[in-house]
Amino acid sequence: MVIERHWKKWVYFYIPLTLFIIGTLFPFYWMLITAVRPDAELYRSWRAVNNTPFWTLQPTLAHVQDLLARTTFPRWLWNTFFIAIVSTGISLACGLLAGYALARLRFPMAGLLGTSIFVTYLVPPTLLFIPLADIVRNFHLGNTPWALILTYPTFLIPFCTWLLMGYFKTIPKELEECARIDGASRFGAMVRIIFPIAVPGILSAGIFAFTLSWNEFIYALIFLSSPERKTVPVGVVSELIRGDIYFWGQLMAGALLGSVPVAFIYSFFVEHYVAGLTGSVKG
Amino acid sequence: MAQVVLKDLNKKFDEVHVVKDVNLHVRDKEFLVLVGPSGCGKSTTLRMVAGLEEITSGEIHIGDRLVNDLPPKDRDIAMVFQNYALYPHMTVYDNMAFGLKMRKFPKAEIETRVKETATLLGIQDLLKRKPRQLSGGQRQRVAVGRAIVRHPQVFLFDEPLSNLDAKLRVQMRVELKRLHDRLETTAIYVTHDQVEAMTLGDRVVVMKDGLVHQVGEPLEVYSKPRNKFVAGFIGSPAMNFIDTTISDAGGLYAETTGMRVKVPADRVSRLAPYKGKTVTLGIRPEDLREAAGSDPHDLVFEALVEVVEPLGSEILLDTTVGTHTVVARVDPTVRAKHHQKIRLAFIPHRIHFFDNRTEEAIV
Repeated sequence: MVIERHWKKWVYFYIPLTLFIIGTLFPFYWMLITAVRPDAELYRSWRAVNNTPFWTLQPTLAHVQDLLARTTFPRWLWNTFFIAIVSTGISLACGLLAGYALARLRFPMAGLLGTSIFVTYLVPPTLLFIPLADIVRNFHLGNTPWALILTYPTFLIPFCTWLLMGYFKTIPKELEECARIDGASRFGAMVRIIFPIAVPGILSAGIFAFTLSWNEFIYALIFLSSPERKTVPVGVVSELIRGDIYFWGQLMAGALLGSVPVAFIYSFFVEHYVAGLTGSVKG
Repeated sequence: MAQVVLKDLNKKFDEVHVVKDVNLHVRDKEFLVLVGPSGCGKSTTLRMVAGLEEITSGEIHIGDRLVNDLPPKDRDIAMVFQNYALYPHMTVYDNMAFGLKMRKFPKAEIETRVKETATLLGIQDLLKRKPRQLSGGQRQRVAVGRAIVRHPQVFLFDEPLSNLDAKLRVQMRVELKRLHDRLETTAIYVTHDQVEAMTLGDRVVVMKDGLVHQVGEPLEVYSKPRNKFVAGFIGSPAMNFIDTTISDAGGLYAETTGMRVKVPADRVSRLAPYKGKTVTLGIRPEDLREAAGSDPHDLVFEALVEVVEPLGSEILLDTTVGTHTVVARVDPTVRAKHHQKIRLAFIPHRIHFFDNRTEEAIV
């Protein structure tokens, strides 16, 4: 019996898990190895006798140095960061209030409103960018960070609202009722009692919103045109492929540096973040 | 210290009428218990007093103020919830100090009051802990402490003991009663547990389907229930109800298969109009006893014992008489065996009669 169970654990658990991990992490490994591979190895034929596609013997930081010194990549990083932070801030502020209202207040059409907010999230950006482009042009926002800061909330606010609404619903309503009897107004109870308890939910909404804006591609591609105004995802693709030449080393170095902040934020808040998605509050 | 007056209070959730024309006068310093089965509107009534539910119609006065349109924070009340509702991100001290801080009390006074209250409740060593580090009973104490630290005019309790285990519940019940005697503050207490209602209340309000069925002191409600619902709800095991026909054979008798009881002399005049009709006879299990030879035969009946439940201090007998099930609570010395017959006797002045149609008591 014991031997059989041992065997089953391997077949149903370890082997599939290993395959999954390899499948998931391989692209990241490829990105890393390409970023540090010297040009001579990158453009060598696959049939060359000394070809080593899965590792490199002469790692180099030349691509990273080129990227930081000779391109506008640092500028893109800053643009992306600024746009992501501000649009996340706006979306969180709106999402907190809207999520609270939908979870707690009884008002006419509340259900309909909640559903319609969700439906707007389902409209694909590939369609929504057409009317948005018109609006952005009319307000003379094209080619400015505000074009993105004000359009990202179209998908971030519904997202934050729904995530936070779900979280608020797990908080017993007696907590704020008690606070209101203890002397707080409804707004006071929300700020002093509900928000501090909802920190895990707020963090996960914030992290998600930040990641979504950081990685966003379509709007950034359409609304920004000058190279120095671009964000990382767009800049890397449009400026580091010159003509039909792929500068693989710089491309991958750019992708690597672009994903570091997000990975960093995730790892920093991972506990809160998991609690935000799964946990509920006990009174 | 204040009285609370509810006048023609109504609450409708859309089309559902959950509280119907409730009129109550909670006297100053009184401990009033609202009791009833779940969904009877007792919690909604309490929440209206707290200001957590809007009033559909009617008036609520606390002290001499009409509070209908006052937000909860301005009603000078404190409430203890069933799930304690302790703020999980605050320490016990901050939980208790929260209400005082919101009311801008000076720091020194907050500290004195919190410490005083904590000592009163025996939680002075827990002040630095977070709620999740406390046991159920400790949380309950903190919740009570948070309510009394503010010295409000009225305490509201919404089933505060329901989440505790049976032993702790009995202990906290006694403590609450002692606390109320000491604090002398008006309290309204909601529970579905009739034992809690009887033991804690100066007066008890029995509710069902949004209506107040009876208001009175616990023993009065127990011994003189106004209708069949109150009679069946208060007391455990519940009162036995037996459908009987009133007949006249040289005195009034209540008859059914296997039982013929003489109507006590003081009830004859009220029961006379029911001659030939069916009425419900109610008798509490504790108002039946094993018959002795000297008992008049028209107060005695024979029952078949189905189940014997010895509880030590007493024995519960589940018996059948004709088609009726009758529970009797008899002395532990009674030797009864199941499937055997036993002769039981009524205590005549403890017999209740209820009108079959209105279910009102016939007194």
